Amino acid sequence: MPVAESSRRPAASVALRHVTTVLFNDARRRENIYFGVLAVLLLVGFPLLLDTFHLNLVGKYLTYAFVALGLVLCWGYGGILSLGQGVFFGLGGYCMAMFLKLEASDIASTSIQSTPGIPDFMDWNQLTKLPAFWVPFKSLFLTVVAIPLVPSVLALALSAAMFKRRVGGVYFAIITQAVAAILSILIIGQQGYTGGVNGITDLKTLHGWDIRSDSAKMILYFVNAALLLGAIALSFSIIRSKLGRLLLAVRDREERVLFTGYDVANIKTVVFVLAAAFSAVGGAMFTLQVGFMSPSFVGIVPSIEMVICAAVGGRTSLLGAVYGTLIVNYGKTYFSEAFPELWLFVIGALFIAVVMIFPDGLAGLDLRKALHGLLTRASGFARKRKKPAALVPPAAPSAPQTNAGSQ
Amino acid sequence: MHSPLSTKTLSAGLAVVLAATGALLGCSKDSSKGVGETQAATTASAAGGLAVSEKEVVVGQLHSATGTMAISETGSIEAERLAIDQINQAGGLLGKQIKIIQQDGASDWPTFAEKAKLLLEEDHVACVFGCWTSASRKAVLPVFEKDNGLLYYPTFYEGLEQSKNVFYTGQEATQQILAGLDWIHKEKNANTFFLIGSDYIWPRTSNKIARKHIENVLKGSVVGEEYYPLGYTEFGSLINKIKAVKPDVVYAIVVGGSNVSFYKQLKAAGVTAQNQTLLTISVTEDELLGIGGENMVGYYAAMKYFQSLDNDNNKKFVAAFKAKYGPNSVIGDVTQAAYLGPWLYKAAVEKAQSFDVDKVVAASPGIELTTAPEGYVKIHPNHHLWSKLRVGQAQLDGQYKVVYESELIEPNPFPKGYQ
Amino acid sequence: MNAAIWAMQAFTGLSTFCVLLLMALGLAIIFGQMGVINMAHGEFMTVGAYTTYLLSEVSQRWLPGLTNWYFFLSIAVSFLLAGAFGLLVEHLMIRKLYRRPLDTLLATWGLSLIMQQGFRSVFGAREVSAKLPDWLMGSVKPSAAIDIPINGLVVIGLTAALTALVFFALFSTRFGIDVRATMQNRPMASAAGINTARVDRLTFGLGCGLAGVAGAAFTTIGSTGPTSGSAYIVDTFLVVVFGGAQSLFGTIASAFSIAQTQATTEFFMTGSMAKVVTLSAIILILMVRPQGLFALKVRR
Repeated sequence: MPVAESSRRPAASVALRHVTTVLFNDARRRENIYFGVLAVLLLVGFPLLLDTFHLNLVGKYLTYAFVALGLVLCWGYGGILSLGQGVFFGLGGYCMAMFLKLEASDIASTSIQSTPGIPDFMDWNQLTKLPAFWVPFKSLFLTVVAIPLVPSVLALALSAAMFKRRVGGVYFAIITQAVAAILSILIIGQQGYTGGVNGITDLKTLHGWDIRSDSAKMILYFVNAALLLGAIALSFSIIRSKLGRLLLAVRDREERVLFTGYDVANIKTVVFVLAAAFSAVGGAMFTLQVGFMSPSFVGIVPSIEMVICAAVGGRTSLLGAVYGTLIVNYGKTYFSEAFPELWLFVIGALFIAVVMIFPDGLAGLDLRKALHGLLTRASGFARKRKKPAALVPPAAPSAPQTNAGSQ
Repeated sequence: MHSPLSTKTLSAGLAVVLAATGALLGCSKDSSKGVGETQAATTASAAGGLAVSEKEVVVGQLHSATGTMAISETGSIEAERLAIDQINQAGGLLGKQIKIIQQDGASDWPTFAEKAKLLLEEDHVACVFGCWTSASRKAVLPVFEKDNGLLYYPTFYEGLEQSKNVFYTGQEATQQILAGLDWIHKEKNANTFFLIGSDYIWPRTSNKIARKHIENVLKGSVVGEEYYPLGYTEFGSLINKIKAVKPDVVYAIVVGGSNVSFYKQLKAAGVTAQNQTLLTISVTEDELLGIGGENMVGYYAAMKYFQSLDNDNNKKFVAAFKAKYGPNSVIGDVTQAAYLGPWLYKAAVEKAQSFDVDKVVAASPGIELTTAPEGYVKIHPNHHLWSKLRVGQAQLDGQYKVVYESELIEPNPFPKGYQ
Repeated sequence: MNAAIWAMQAFTGLSTFCVLLLMALGLAIIFGQMGVINMAHGEFMTVGAYTTYLLSEVSQRWLPGLTNWYFFLSIAVSFLLAGAFGLLVEHLMIRKLYRRPLDTLLATWGLSLIMQQGFRSVFGAREVSAKLPDWLMGSVKPSAAIDIPINGLVVIGLTAALTALVFFALFSTRFGIDVRATMQNRPMASAAGINTARVDRLTFGLGCGLAGVAGAAFTTIGSTGPTSGSAYIVDTFLVVVFGGAQSLFGTIASAFSIAQTQATTEFFMTGSMAKVVTLSAIILILMVRPQGLFALKVRR
């Protein structure tokens, strides 16, 4: 029995190695497989594992992943660090919230106001008429158009001029930060038009569909996950295109790209606008799932927290952005409950560690070797006691952990 | 060069996420346990699926224990705990001990909404004492209305709200503003007012009400109205404007860190109580501690409660509070209002002889509390409290001396003619 | 509107200018000269503020004779404490990141969070108030209608003295020559025998020390709490960037123009809108002229 087994073992091992070589040696195919695994995790794994409450929580985290994804593109690949992504997240969220608020403020439910039919906070601020910039948000179609468009236009206006004048990374970061400060002061100050510091609250239905019910939350989770996967797929196709290679080139040697005759400013602008649009979609999904939008998501602090999500995942890893977001936000929820005083220490240390110790984030961690070692030992142990079948890793997720041929 | 997305990404990411998922699951189980045992929650059903068992009733507490609002909300957390301890020592609610599940809103409004949901849907608490800022209340309100929960909200606020599921134990804007203005108009013969606020909804709404009252009722005039962003620290220009127009009264609703800068700079610019009357509705004893009594001495504050109130209820309350939380504790208006919450709930439950939310709500209007530190309060059908207004004068030691006390004022969250 | 008000308003503009300059001075050295983005700059200011608070407590309790003058002592102690802490941070963290400016930004942001929580754990979340000597909180009355706050005068005097000192240090001492040489061409400076690592360390320490002094000075006009420093950080960076990062003159000019814009707009609109207008104007100008007001032509 032991003899037969040991003679079979190399054969199985070789076969396995062969399969994984084919599957994983090609970087692109490897990415596709990981993407598939993420899709399964988001669309099947989480919904099966988590109850509605926690699924909704994950859904909220995933809206931040849109921002982190945008940051991977413009920071990790393009070298443009924006500390104002909350601006775009917020704008997207506010566009959605304006539509929902108008729907919640029909004449019947606002009859006690001095001007029925406008949002309650406008009535409190003596507005007697819907401001002009709110009017388009009566239409769902225009709202859906505005969600990516408004932030994109702002991003374009901000970035085009600066990139044309070759404003460096540091300056750009500081200016985006100031934009975040301006927008949050503006939203809080103009409360008759924006709802002020409370934000736009008490959102109920989307075209008559109650977004607060459990079934709606479930559906919104799937919509959100699907959109996120779509955004990741789009990002992959961009990175694999010529634009993606140019981006990397710009990040590493801007002058050389410039002297080769490319318009560096345009390349940077495109990717920054794209990141803004992604963030906006995340913001809109946030509003739908959480049920309100407030200026606390626009300011500097949330904007920088989103950078740390991208950094923890690995600043050049699109999929890492998702994992980074999940981990950082889960950590935030967990620590703020269990050890409230520790949370700032932890996230502060995380910032420092991600810069000084593991600059490539999760994507750069070599857990694989450790896991593989662990797995081999475990399977060897299992084989001694049970059937040899235990040798073959059970399911897809552990496939990457078999070490074969990826060097 | 390898592709930047390495093989390692997923294995690492997956492992961590799976671990986190496990933890999330674990956490979801933990959280239903809350602070104490689970049997209360699981053997629920005495009153419409609420966590009420033979021996105990579970209530929730939802404030910011962390983050920027923790400074303000800690007093409320302490006061509610004190009240619940006292009720438990006196035999509890309908013979049941009150058990608290505390959740941290972490100064973050979505977190407030999530935790409210957790308390109502997983822990099935009988009622919740919580929230401080209007923003957090607005965030949890849809949750309470959907799940038919019960919230006792302690902060004085701008009004313009009335929910079946909320009792407001602080004052709404008209209660806090009108009587104070009347007093200063009469007492100081004040006719010109300069309104100042931090730039958000409470100061703006309050100043709007103040302006209407000054112009329409007192027949005075508003000679200036100014707003500064939260956290702003440079008030030089504002102080010059005040000096330029020389109002009879500066009416100030500045909050948070700005407060300290504002009063320090006023004093440094030579504006003191000797040459300028100032009335505020935003500086409780808590804030006065940070500002420093020497920077505010002589100015007036209008609210329903001051720690120095001279009555037996209050003396007992202050003594109990200091015994529990240390002799240096200060008690502001909101802290006292938070203390009322559990007592009002007790009275309503005992009147209804039930924990059922609908019955408790139905029983509440008309309930009187004669043991309140602020004196007598009574629940109005609009879910706010009848209460008095006091004007206090700031002293060097960081306390207020009460110089005026109004009659009992009817709450009016949607004041006609003030909107 | 009378002349007295205008005079006081001019003084307000002047003192806002000094506040901005005081904040920006340390950063102008760290960011402008070294290219390090120190997001924890505000927290170094807070170190100074808490130092002042502690000294005021100490002097009240044990050294009542000092109560009137401890403030000057606290300025010196703040400089030393914040500077020493800066040296430590430079040694442990910053020196490994000189080639990655965006990464220093993230790392120092992390540091700022840790420091904030540290303040909170030690001093409590509540704001504290340093008891300031009475003479400091009064005002001078050159005429019946004019009040000039003494704390404003102190801030102005302090700013003038510090600016002069910084200029002296940078332009008239051996250390200053080393700093400027290192900044302009590190390999050449190193080749010429300048210990650039030491220069970096001292420069960073100096910048942090200046932040500490700013923090001590701000206890006279603002609050002292765990997060009070972070409120200044955006403004401070904008001052330095707007001035043209490598020019100290630029920083002064930029602080002056921002302060005047702010003070003037504040007088004609509410504080919130004034802030929005000022910040937007800065950004628009930077979009057109990204090198700031005074650009120094340096090969990098």
